[in-house]
Amino acid sequence: MARVIPPTVDADDEYFWDGVKEHRLLLQTCGSCGTLRHPPVPMCGRCHATDRGVQEAQGTGHVHSWIISRHPSEPDDQARVVVLVELTEGLRLVGNLVDTPFDQVRNEMPVEVCFREIDGVLLPQFRPRSVEGPVPMGSPT
Amino acid sequence: MSRVTVAGSTIIAGIGQTEFSKHSGRSELQLAAEAARSAIADAGMTPADIDGMVTFTQDSNDELLLMRSLGIPELRYWSRTPNGGAGAHTTIQHAALAVHGGAAKAVLVYRAFNERSGRRFGQPNARVTPPGWNWYLPFGLDTPAKTYSLGFQRYMFRYGLTNEDFGRYTVVARRHAATNPNAWFHQRPITLEDHQCSRWIVEPILRLLDCCQESDGGVAMIVTTADRANDLPNRAVKVAAVADAHINDGNIMFNYYHGDLAEFPEARALGRQLYEQTGLGPSDIDAAMLYENFSPVVFLQLEALGFCGPGEAAAFIAEGNIDLTGTLPVNTHGGLLGEAYIHGLNNILEGVRQIRGTAANQLSSPETIMVAGGHSGLILQPAG
Repeated sequence: MARVIPPTVDADDEYFWDGVKEHRLLLQTCGSCGTLRHPPVPMCGRCHATDRGVQEAQGTGHVHSWIISRHPSEPDDQARVVVLVELTEGLRLVGNLVDTPFDQVRNEMPVEVCFREIDGVLLPQFRPRSVEGPVPMGSPT
Repeated sequence: MSRVTVAGSTIIAGIGQTEFSKHSGRSELQLAAEAARSAIADAGMTPADIDGMVTFTQDSNDELLLMRSLGIPELRYWSRTPNGGAGAHTTIQHAALAVHGGAAKAVLVYRAFNERSGRRFGQPNARVTPPGWNWYLPFGLDTPAKTYSLGFQRYMFRYGLTNEDFGRYTVVARRHAATNPNAWFHQRPITLEDHQCSRWIVEPILRLLDCCQESDGGVAMIVTTADRANDLPNRAVKVAAVADAHINDGNIMFNYYHGDLAEFPEARALGRQLYEQTGLGPSDIDAAMLYENFSPVVFLQLEALGFCGPGEAAAFIAEGNIDLTGTLPVNTHGGLLGEAYIHGLNNILEGVRQIRGTAANQLSSPETIMVAGGHSGLILQPAG
């Protein structure tokens, strides 16, 4: 199993990790102008409001880029695929790709969020999404 | 649009360094003191002439202990620059602005560490997530090689590149290092086959020979005003431009949130700032020292700084343009892959040596050298 360094939650991102506990992928919104943002910041760069809300992500997107992450000094550690996912909402989020052989990882492949416990830490992960599913807006053709 | 600039009014008066190794056998403070002592002597100055200091926020060497070690009687100015190697050239910006504005007369810029025998940058050493890293560390992005590679992969995908393309840069860097006695890899050139036989660090992006070294060593420079250029024992080098560029929604290590990860918009902004300050363009640059913690960073910078078009860096390198005899010699000392990784500050020393005419791989009378590290950079020219 991969070894996971757990998140150190603070006031600006606890909404995200609280959502993970409920298997929900939450995105921060500006409480005033509604702008979506990730990673979160405590003030809206557009309107300077500090009010914030959350919006549950559709959980769909596609792989923007990816690497195979092997532990550089502990070769027995299991490798993971790290993906940068472009969510349907247009934001990007780092996660891991699961249920996919390493040689089948592709840029632009459709993925959907799932939640897995790894090394005792519950994390948002992504798995391949059937192409019959809804095509996300903004997805490259 | 006019900008505050120090163009033409400040010089690098002296340079100094220790040997570059994998085990210095002495403290980081001693490395800093030895490099500084050399730079002060090279500038024809004494410790009493130094009244300012600039180093990296990441440097462990206390200014006051270094002051005691060198016997500097009075210090009027000091500052530190963030962002690691991406801010290497920002040290010169701080020093130049300090002497230009009169806060100090001569500023010692230094960086010294035991980065191989002490704390190794390449190893995953985090056990908890520092602020802002919850989005990366729990998912396995625990080394610089991995965090950068997640961006590089998109660059490779966009332009259909393979790791072999990156290897062609390393071959050039190691060829330059092979004839540089200062370089750790002096007399040890490699072939593309050697590169392709080195082990994966981040598959399928980076092999071992795409990664910079981990090094022990120290480098130092003296920055002062241009009116002193003619009083110095060694040829002074003008800081013709110096800049530091950051863009909203960026990051220092990577730019996951920019529109197109196959581009390096911070380096494009850096180039624009440097060219604006001097009225120069890419074709005016005789040689470039480009920060490369990993080989693909050279590709992204060559394109962003305007030396070739988007996606053209692989061909630009393969065609020999960055060789010593090419149109734009790059990292003539061997770079951070071939010479040493002194957090990028050693690249500025090579720029100074090329202008002075004292480099190991001396080019034919270069007049304009760019030294750049993605976010920060400078242009050097002969003083006077």
